[in-house]
Amino acid sequence: MASKRFALPGPLCVACGSCVKVCPLDAITIWKGIIAKVDSKRCVGCGKCAAECPASVITLVAREEAAQ
Amino acid sequence: MKKQLHWYDRLWIVTIIYLGLGFFNILFAWLGLIFFCLPLILAIGGKDKLYCNHYCDRGQFLALLGGRLGLSRKRDIPGWMRSKAFRYGFLAFFMVMFFQMLYTTWLVFTGARQLGMSVRLLWTFNVPWHWAYPVEVTPWAAQFAFGFYSIMLTSTLIGIVVMVLFKPRAWCVFCPMGTMTQLICKVKAKEE
Repeated sequence: MASKRFALPGPLCVACGSCVKVCPLDAITIWKGIIAKVDSKRCVGCGKCAAECPASVITLVAREEAAQ
Repeated sequence: MKKQLHWYDRLWIVTIIYLGLGFFNILFAWLGLIFFCLPLILAIGGKDKLYCNHYCDRGQFLALLGGRLGLSRKRDIPGWMRSKAFRYGFLAFFMVMFFQMLYTTWLVFTGARQLGMSVRLLWTFNVPWHWAYPVEVTPWAAQFAFGFYSIMLTSTLIGIVVMVLFKPRAWCVFCPMGTMTQLICKVKAKEE
């Protein structure tokens, strides 16, 4: 069953890769060295990446909200 | 689920070795050029931010201090500090200071200025460092080493301060090398 929320990096991401290191499901990749991208299907919304992100630009978004 | 550790996950030791070597012999500061050139070479060579993501010793060092050793308050960085204006402004300031250091090296090379055996902290405070110059070499080479070590020590100190105040890798938000490599990646992505 999919989780209720997933991580969403904001445009001010510095692509440092801190989130990649802490993601327990390897759901995050750094796209072309520009921004972190989260595979929303794999993400369970644990929030580890958001807590680790030095720029605090990762937010946890409710799946219903994102779908609207 | 614990992640598998790679050899590059222990590169934090490089920061300690580098700063330690420079304390005893300033000429080791020249090795710091690796930290300057490698991220740019990798980014230009199509490896994107591989250096920041895997090989950055300073990032790992700060993550170790702030994370495992618990020295960070783990608070959010202020909004202005993660803004593009601040990041690019800090990069510009850093570059001006870098070229000023190169100019000082040039003055020593031409004989217009004497070798200063001190480390300039936070671009302001001259700290005596003469014990780290045990063997005389060409003065300009020593001047460059003192200047480069000043940059490395200053940026490490700033990194430690923001690590304590905010999150472990808060330095990465406005790290000039990180900003430069991200800019290179953006330009390359546009070209594609």
